[in-house]
Amino acid sequence: MTEAEQKIRVLIAKPGLDGHDRGAKVVARALRDAGFEVIYTGLRQTPEQIAEAALQEDVTVVGLSILSGAHMRLFPEIMKLLKERGMDDTLVIAGGIIPEDDIKPLKKLGIKAIFGPGTPTTEIVEYIRTNAK
Amino acid sequence: MTQDTRKLIKQLLKGNRRAAARLMTLAESMSPEAHAAIKQLYPHTGKAHIIGVTGPPGSGKSTLVDKLIEEFRAQGRTVGVVAVDPSSPFTGGALLGDRIRMNRFASDHDVFIRSMGSRGSLGGLAWATHDVVHILDALGKDIIIVETVGAGQAEVDIIQIAETVVLLSVPGLGDDIQTIKAGIMEIGNVFVINKADLDGADRRYAELQMALELDRKPDGWQPPILKAIATTGEGVSEVVKAIQSHHDYLIESGEIAQNRERRYCAQLETIVEHSFIRKLFVEPEEQALFQQLVQEVNERKTDPYTAAERLILHLIKQKGN
Amino acid sequence: MVTKEKSDVSQQKREWEKNTLKKTLEKSPERRERFITTSSRPIARLYSPTDMANLDYDRDLGFPGEYPYTRGVYPTMYRGRFWTMRMFAGFGTAEQTNARYRYLLEQGQTGLSVAFHLPTIQGLDSDDPMSTGEIGVCGVAIDSLADMEILFSQIPLNKVTTSMTINAPAAVLLCFYIAAAEKQGVSSTQIGGTIQNDILKEYQAQKTWIFPPDPSMRIITNTLEYCTKNVPRWNTISISGYHIREAGSTAVQELAFTLANGLAYVKAGVDAGLKVDDFAPRLSFFFDSHLDLFEEVAKFRAARRIWAREMHERFNAKSPRSYLLRFHTQTAGVSLTAQQPENNIIRTTIQALAAVLGGTQSLHTNSMDEAWALPTEKAATIALRTQQILAHESGVANTIDPLGGSYFIESLTNEMEEETYKYFDRIDKLGGVVEAIKKGFFQREIADAAFRYQREIEEKERTIVGVNDYITDDMLEIPVLKIDPEVERTQLARLRKTRKTRNNKKVDQLLSRLQKAAEGTENMLPHILAAVREYATVGEVCNALREVFGEYQEPIIF
Repeated sequence: MTEAEQKIRVLIAKPGLDGHDRGAKVVARALRDAGFEVIYTGLRQTPEQIAEAALQEDVTVVGLSILSGAHMRLFPEIMKLLKERGMDDTLVIAGGIIPEDDIKPLKKLGIKAIFGPGTPTTEIVEYIRTNAK
Repeated sequence: MTQDTRKLIKQLLKGNRRAAARLMTLAESMSPEAHAAIKQLYPHTGKAHIIGVTGPPGSGKSTLVDKLIEEFRAQGRTVGVVAVDPSSPFTGGALLGDRIRMNRFASDHDVFIRSMGSRGSLGGLAWATHDVVHILDALGKDIIIVETVGAGQAEVDIIQIAETVVLLSVPGLGDDIQTIKAGIMEIGNVFVINKADLDGADRRYAELQMALELDRKPDGWQPPILKAIATTGEGVSEVVKAIQSHHDYLIESGEIAQNRERRYCAQLETIVEHSFIRKLFVEPEEQALFQQLVQEVNERKTDPYTAAERLILHLIKQKGN
Repeated sequence: MVTKEKSDVSQQKREWEKNTLKKTLEKSPERRERFITTSSRPIARLYSPTDMANLDYDRDLGFPGEYPYTRGVYPTMYRGRFWTMRMFAGFGTAEQTNARYRYLLEQGQTGLSVAFHLPTIQGLDSDDPMSTGEIGVCGVAIDSLADMEILFSQIPLNKVTTSMTINAPAAVLLCFYIAAAEKQGVSSTQIGGTIQNDILKEYQAQKTWIFPPDPSMRIITNTLEYCTKNVPRWNTISISGYHIREAGSTAVQELAFTLANGLAYVKAGVDAGLKVDDFAPRLSFFFDSHLDLFEEVAKFRAARRIWAREMHERFNAKSPRSYLLRFHTQTAGVSLTAQQPENNIIRTTIQALAAVLGGTQSLHTNSMDEAWALPTEKAATIALRTQQILAHESGVANTIDPLGGSYFIESLTNEMEEETYKYFDRIDKLGGVVEAIKKGFFQREIADAAFRYQREIEEKERTIVGVNDYITDDMLEIPVLKIDPEVERTQLARLRKTRKTRNNKKVDQLLSRLQKAAEGTENMLPHILAAVREYATVGEVCNALREVFGEYQEPIIF
């Protein structure tokens, strides 16, 4: 197996109506610098756009960044659409403003890790390296 | 070939998008398994019209592709897109953002968009892109658009892949006139001046016209120069018409045969060249031999020509993959 | 005489370095090799008169209330009146926010500040599929005049002033406000307030745009023109650096980009045929106040000086009111940490102090829980108390521009001014602000600064207490405000009812008339006002304009 064969592909997606893409972009750059292929979908993506992009790009990781507060409505929808597409094995992680109370139900939904504000990008890189298959 | 791959091919041929996406990932790995899969698919390819869209960074390629998809869909044709962006030569990572422009087609399952990083030199961009195009073709897409950044080698790659090449240019980007002079004119079948509302569009038109005049063949296809504003969609239907005229011309004039021959020839060369190179740098046994021969040349026990002949003989003696 | 003194000082400084400093450094080196501000600006060990050798008191500083206003826009500043403590509020339905406003007014607050929910900000109705999960979450849900009437119910709009944080659809919300006032029998000449209406920084940083830059600029000049004639007490643009900074820019980028935007609006107004002194006094500014105390103070001082000079020299404004850079400040939301949230109270205090030392006209202090959600009442009260303690107990409001004359502050002020002019040159070379936006210039500058800042934290060149040092394993213990799901139902029901009970034929007619105006060159505001009086929604008005102008596609910048 060569380097190319093991290339990890990550979709960085921004559901929700807010325009705060600072975090998503900083993470996207850090993942690129770590040698991943990062597909960035832009602002204000619907759950369907995210799930379909994940399918077509055949990513191993989906990173969701949200700061609008709509995560409890949008994340379950995204998980449902991924499942419908047979993408259950995708490693879904999230970041942004997600209050403590919401973390448990989101993890139950299948979101594997939630990175709050102040998380070093190196921690996210390590997490993906260890958990992406 | 594994059972899994066999299953994926079966599903792909039934139009399964997930299977197509997974086969693309396999194709990008350029492994023997991937090549076995492409061999299986190959009889199901050759139906699509393959269009290349290339131009300098910032020329609005993705925006134009987005509008092209819209036009082709309005005609009832299915569309596949391969958007290639450069990978970092240092980390091998890539930031692929071309999808941003085309997200509106997410609920239209007759549109399939795939982003690719150009990855390292070992792969050979053209090779992997070919295979991804084959997969889209086998998935049944009528139109396949390959979008590449026109910087250096990539433009030349595009004629190995596409039947019709759309070359984008923008007023005010001084450097692309240099590429025009450097022979890029020969690869374009349709020239588009995007952002034609900007100052300098007329001058760009005149420059292109002059360059084309110099290259003009006595007969055959005369590449049109079109003005467009991709963001608003202005001029896009003319671009589509020109693409279709070029395709019609290829078929009616019989030039399609030469076009194909040229592409297959380039494709074959790429595969042969990279198969050799990959062997030398990936397989441990060959790598060792290669190193040993370098050493021998270094010690002046042999000369580079003899060393190369020995390597080639060694590779030829091996069977298959 | 003066120069001699200065050369003496620089001679003495060299001797100090040789005789005193060197010995100490040899024995014990400094903590770091490089000392930098929040914006990665290197800071020297010591500032002395040599660092302000070129300072001309009269030309560069002057007196408060006099050109170039470096020391303050008013002659008495806080000795006359404290800054306005204006706290931003809005959540849930119009009814809930109305109750909060009436409570605040009973407490003696005279100005209101409206936070809208994201669908309104994006020009979408609550029943748009894109609004899922967003209704009433980040602010109050406003779809039509029907909601606006409730929002200001029992609040006399000729007595209060209202600041509305709204940009892309600002003209629509202003028309809602005018129409709501009319319902109270208050005419547009009597109302006062502010719309943010700063679309340029949306493309650069905040990213809640709708239309492409050119038609957006036209909507803004239409608004300037309309308000000059019909809503004379309205502040038409609040030119905002806040969002630029929050997106990751440095202090100088915030300063330079904001002022460049301001100058672009003035030019657009003048190009549209308005007289500069007729509308410039109605422009105000909105800055961020970050943690690096001195750099922030210098930023505010430089901003006043540059603006006065540009208005005077570039635009030939005659009215001194056109020279004044009046500004609102908000403490840096981005500096709040989710870890050990109580520490945010201290961060906010330092930032509020910087704003006051910098001469702000009004101030919003963030609540400690705002890294998580909208503030709870208790957290918001502490934030307000922070301002009151600064005003009444700290003594910093007793004198004007207390840091003026500090070697460090004056040197920083000059440095930031110079760097701002360098940015102005670069922007001019790109063809002005709008062209530079289309080329992704600002976006790239900001993204690079944000990435650098993050790297500095990860490499521990910066210490953030509780984040990369002094870490504890605490969980969030402060209560977080939650929006009741009932809000969505109420809002959707009201929207349905509005659509059912209004005269839909008339609404359609008025919207197509608006589209005609948009296609031509007529001022669009009278047509927007006519449509919203008949209860056309924000989404319907914006969609009518989307059909004409299209939607903006941002250049792809990482």
